Amino acid sequence: MTSRSKKEWREKSLGPALQRLPERRDDFATESGLDLDAVYTPEDLEEVGFDYERDLGNPGEYPYTRGVQANMYRGRLWTMRQYSGYATAKESNQRYHYLLGQGQTGLSVAFDLPTQIGYDSDHPLAQGEVGKVGVPISHLGDMEDLLEGIPLDRVSTSMTINATASVLLCLYMAVARKRGIPQTEISGTLQNDILKEYIARGTYIYPPRPSMRLVVDVFKYCSANVPKWNTISVSGYHMREAGATAVQELAFTFANAIEYVQAAVDAGLDVDDVAGRVSFFFVAHNNLFEEAAKFRAARRIWARIMKERFGAREPRSMMLRFHTQTAGVTLTAQQLDNNVVRTTVQALSAVLGGTQSLHVNSRDEALALPSEESVQLSLRTQQILAHESGIADVVDPLGGSYFVESLTHRLEKAALEYIERIDGLGGAVAALERGYQMREIHESAFRHQMETEEGRRTVVGVNRYVTEEQPVKGLLRVDQEAAQQQVARLERVRQERDTQAAKADLDRLEDVARSHDSTVEAILECVESYCTLGEICDVFRGVFGEQREMAGV
Amino acid sequence: MVEQQSKIRVLVAKPGLDGHDRGAKVIARALRDAGMEVIYTGIRQTPQMIVEAAAQEDVDVIGLSILSGAHLEIFPEIVTGLKENGMDDVLLLAGGIIPLEDHEPLKKMGLSAIFGPGTSTKDIVKFIQDAVKERSST
Repeated sequence: MTSRSKKEWREKSLGPALQRLPERRDDFATESGLDLDAVYTPEDLEEVGFDYERDLGNPGEYPYTRGVQANMYRGRLWTMRQYSGYATAKESNQRYHYLLGQGQTGLSVAFDLPTQIGYDSDHPLAQGEVGKVGVPISHLGDMEDLLEGIPLDRVSTSMTINATASVLLCLYMAVARKRGIPQTEISGTLQNDILKEYIARGTYIYPPRPSMRLVVDVFKYCSANVPKWNTISVSGYHMREAGATAVQELAFTFANAIEYVQAAVDAGLDVDDVAGRVSFFFVAHNNLFEEAAKFRAARRIWARIMKERFGAREPRSMMLRFHTQTAGVTLTAQQLDNNVVRTTVQALSAVLGGTQSLHVNSRDEALALPSEESVQLSLRTQQILAHESGIADVVDPLGGSYFVESLTHRLEKAALEYIERIDGLGGAVAALERGYQMREIHESAFRHQMETEEGRRTVVGVNRYVTEEQPVKGLLRVDQEAAQQQVARLERVRQERDTQAAKADLDRLEDVARSHDSTVEAILECVESYCTLGEICDVFRGVFGEQREMAGV
Repeated sequence: MVEQQSKIRVLVAKPGLDGHDRGAKVIARALRDAGMEVIYTGIRQTPQMIVEAAAQEDVDVIGLSILSGAHLEIFPEIVTGLKENGMDDVLLLAGGIIPLEDHEPLKKMGLSAIFGPGTSTKDIVKFIQDAVKERSST
């Protein structure tokens, strides 16, 4: 009995099967709510007019759906980059050396919240927060400690920093300069994605428009001086963590990216000078196929935006390069070992999706920063996927799957519709000023919570298969002694520096901030005369003002 | 005769500097859906701002959400501030990333309950309704 169409198959085969045994659910859907058929066939691809050359292309070729490199991981594996930083610069430096010693291939610096929001470690609002979620960096001395013994001309460094991105970049460049390493030799990535801070992550300082200028200042400076630096990592990760679906993650990320590229072009930069340094940051969530399809769709969307919307000419401008992190929100505080399994499946989707770099979350992170032991396990997860599973040996192994291609197409279509809506609101900045993205994300987050509570969504160990929980031993704890050392050092630095030189540099920075000139050079002078992060940001606060929260509930 | 009950008033607050407001916003909405009057402070609230908002809004309950790990430094200041303002009777709850071993010290300090990741909003609603009822009857 062979059916010749899906329709015929439904009647002949599926129908009778369903009569014998009904399906587990009334309807099946992805995380983003895309409904799922029982099976996908060539008909599904025909229906959407699937065209191999136009929609996929071969690896390393436009629109890069199959990957940005011709041979992908057969040449070089993805960069294994575990995000870390805590307590003090010295202690974080030890963790970096440990990770590099364990086979990690790039650094990823986590800064504490005061550093992210532009407060020195002794600011009243920094109380209790110093060194908690990342490393505190208030001045050049801290940055020197952080990078002690790290070969800056060989290791690439990713810095998760946004509102204060240009200050941290200057601190990094100042350390390189002190060591005699030319700016042309350092490489890394600055997150520098302020828009998603207003939408989801919360570490903004100034209003959106002056903040956009600071972002573009970094574009300009690096375009002229630091060729190996990715000047932005446009991040869907945090919006997804805040509740967005995969479709919203794609749409809001690219809507933001469009704003950045447009701002750079408006500032007089050539689109091909900017776009090649734009990188991305996505989450790898639970739904394996939707996530893998999401990464593939992302590459196609970006290539087309760059070519068709911005008229980019260089292939590199159209290549979407991205970092991936497994989904923090899926980690449960219950039955911690389950998290190892979750992150493995999520990491698998990232590799199947062709990521350039990966962070695997640790089992204990629903409770605290990860312990050294659990970070090692995360790195080992990556190494097992890379070296034992065989998934890195063939490019885009899911390509051509009726299901995955269909899903890739539908995700792209849904995301483009959303982007059109945001365009209609005047673009990402205008939309977020009205709280649009925030509301959309909150709606998704609330729906997700209700589905879990009503049992329509299973979370193993939380709403099903529950066991008695025991207190967890061996969690990492950052003590207050580290913060006290940090504050004492800061006081010493302020006393020992040339006060007049520092003051003069801050005054000059204020003049530049009030003009339309690039701020980066002036910040670099400030950090080299040991002005602190807080002092520099206070100058900007004075000129630009501070942003209050835009959307409530 | 049905007794006219006033709505339970809740301040949902985010002390500390972290911007992870997904949980706080979801809880705020769930409590509102359960018929409570909810005021959400937004992120980056100092202990002083939270105490002032609680006093001004005359709330029965304060729910604190924090994920930065600064709870042991920040919560005591909120507890002290409430005492100084004669608001010891306000039900104080917390949620976020708070390790189990910190629960006892925080409860000794005056927090009535700590709801960790994975808690159902229905459990929180019930806890608040029961606790407020108990407090108003004593």
